[in-house]
Amino acid sequence: MEDRDKKIVSLHLKLMPYLEKYGILLLLVIMILVMHILQPDVFLSWRNVTNVFKQISWQSMLALGVFMVIVTAGIDLSVGSIMMLSLMILAVVAKAGAPWYIVVITPLIAGFLCGLFNGLGITLLRMPHPFIMTLGTLYIFRGTGNLISGGTPISGFTDEVRYLGHGRIDLQWLGLEKSQYLPVSLVLIAIVYIIFWIFLNHSKTGKWIYAIGGNPNAARASGINVNKILVIVYSLCGFLSGIGALILAGRTDSGYPNAGLQSELDAIAACIIGGASFFGGRGTVLGVFAGVMIMGILRNGLNLMDVSSFWQQVLIGSIIVLAVYIDVLRRDLGTRK
Amino acid sequence: MSSTSNLLLEAKGITKYFGTITALENVNLKVHAGECLGVVGDNGAGKSTLMKVLSGLYKPSAGSLFFQGKEEILESPRDSQNLGLEMVYQDLALAGNLPIGENIFLGREPTKNLGFLKLLDFNKIKELTNAHLDKLKINVKSADQKVEELSGGQRQAVAIARSTAFNAKVVIMDEPTAALAIKEVGKVLDLINSLKKTGVGVIVISHRMDDIFTVCDRVMALFQGTNFAEASLSNTSRDEVIGWIMGKK
Repeated sequence: MEDRDKKIVSLHLKLMPYLEKYGILLLLVIMILVMHILQPDVFLSWRNVTNVFKQISWQSMLALGVFMVIVTAGIDLSVGSIMMLSLMILAVVAKAGAPWYIVVITPLIAGFLCGLFNGLGITLLRMPHPFIMTLGTLYIFRGTGNLISGGTPISGFTDEVRYLGHGRIDLQWLGLEKSQYLPVSLVLIAIVYIIFWIFLNHSKTGKWIYAIGGNPNAARASGINVNKILVIVYSLCGFLSGIGALILAGRTDSGYPNAGLQSELDAIAACIIGGASFFGGRGTVLGVFAGVMIMGILRNGLNLMDVSSFWQQVLIGSIIVLAVYIDVLRRDLGTRK
Repeated sequence: MSSTSNLLLEAKGITKYFGTITALENVNLKVHAGECLGVVGDNGAGKSTLMKVLSGLYKPSAGSLFFQGKEEILESPRDSQNLGLEMVYQDLALAGNLPIGENIFLGREPTKNLGFLKLLDFNKIKELTNAHLDKLKINVKSADQKVEELSGGQRQAVAIARSTAFNAKVVIMDEPTAALAIKEVGKVLDLINSLKKTGVGVIVISHRMDDIFTVCDRVMALFQGTNFAEASLSNTSRDEVIGWIMGKK
């Protein structure tokens, strides 16, 4: 009897880490199945699947950036504004007739510099919390974006500039039809996520980012330059927002004042749904990806079923609360009592 | 033990002011190899300040530090670590979300080269961790266990293992048993004794006379930021040491 109990407990303890790591993927798979049952003809069609990936492409960049910040127990509210400012700078530079390779690189540099500004502000000005610095820059960056563009949309980019957001990889050589192409943005998501997965899990700096989130005093006592790492994290977050701007430029062919409005909240939501902890030190790149996918599929599925966008808001909000509640329950199960 | 040949750390005339407050005045301290020095004193006597000076976290206003006979100026905890002087903090300074091995090597992780990339060498971390824990006879289920899953005593053991993973010569411990369950105190004290056997000099700050009288060879008392009394353990008693803490000789 006792033996059997022990076996159950040990099985339980063996399963927990896997559930902790891959539980969110399970939720994603269930959602895909449900959507498939509700919309059997459309949902898993090539066209719709690529559509989902195109729709989540730029959000996935913001979410990844915000995720790294959340791992350090910080927050970045300015990613939407960084993306908008980077997009506007891109648009202005493109309109000025700069060659495409300059146009393509400007949002990346602009995003990086915005992130650097956040990081330096938080550390050098000794802000009591990153919330305050990035709340400030949320306004500063969007205001600046409107100042340089005059608050009006700037449209029309060359194909090279639009490639990452709008490009297609033809798969006809595989015997597929012309409509069955691979969006370049999907490949970009995969590459960026793999790079950041390696960075966060297999580099010293990545390990230190998790350590800072776990216990900043421990990191400091270990001789880690915590402020330097934080500046790196916020800069990378800005850089990823810059990539988001480049993708968005390709998708919409336009720099417009409302770009990325409230998308910082979507990014935070994706991280939270994906299992990142607001207290820092917890969460995985795979989880963030799942979080972004869950939000994307939810929006896409509800659109397919003609559900009003007001209901979408209600549902997404509910999923955030539900996902975190499941996490709370899981933690209760995971701790031995 | 009292010979000067194996003198590891010596502090001479350490004085530390914070604004108008004098936290330490002309304090001297010596630790030899394989010796455990107990530092006692009431709250505010200057124990923690002295330890922070020794670990390089504070710069003394006056006085000097000698490590193995050579004068050293510590600019940061990194400097003291490089000399082989490690500190175990009262709040343990561990990252609960990371496994034992990664905590022990935090900030000094072994890496391997993969082309132009420098990646963490998890196998080596695990290997070195297991060997080191074995050496100190610390039992944990696995080096991959997260620190937050450990008991207070195991965490203290990990913190001590962390401080000795890089050939430490002197380990300073701030209240190593304060947060522990009674049955775990013994294990930590055993660990301190085995450290001494490997030739490490240990400084223990503690309020608990039991700790002091179990592991220390010598005890010194600070009172209002000054050296108040000092004796080898065999020449003193609990009552006398308690009197020193309260400023009575």
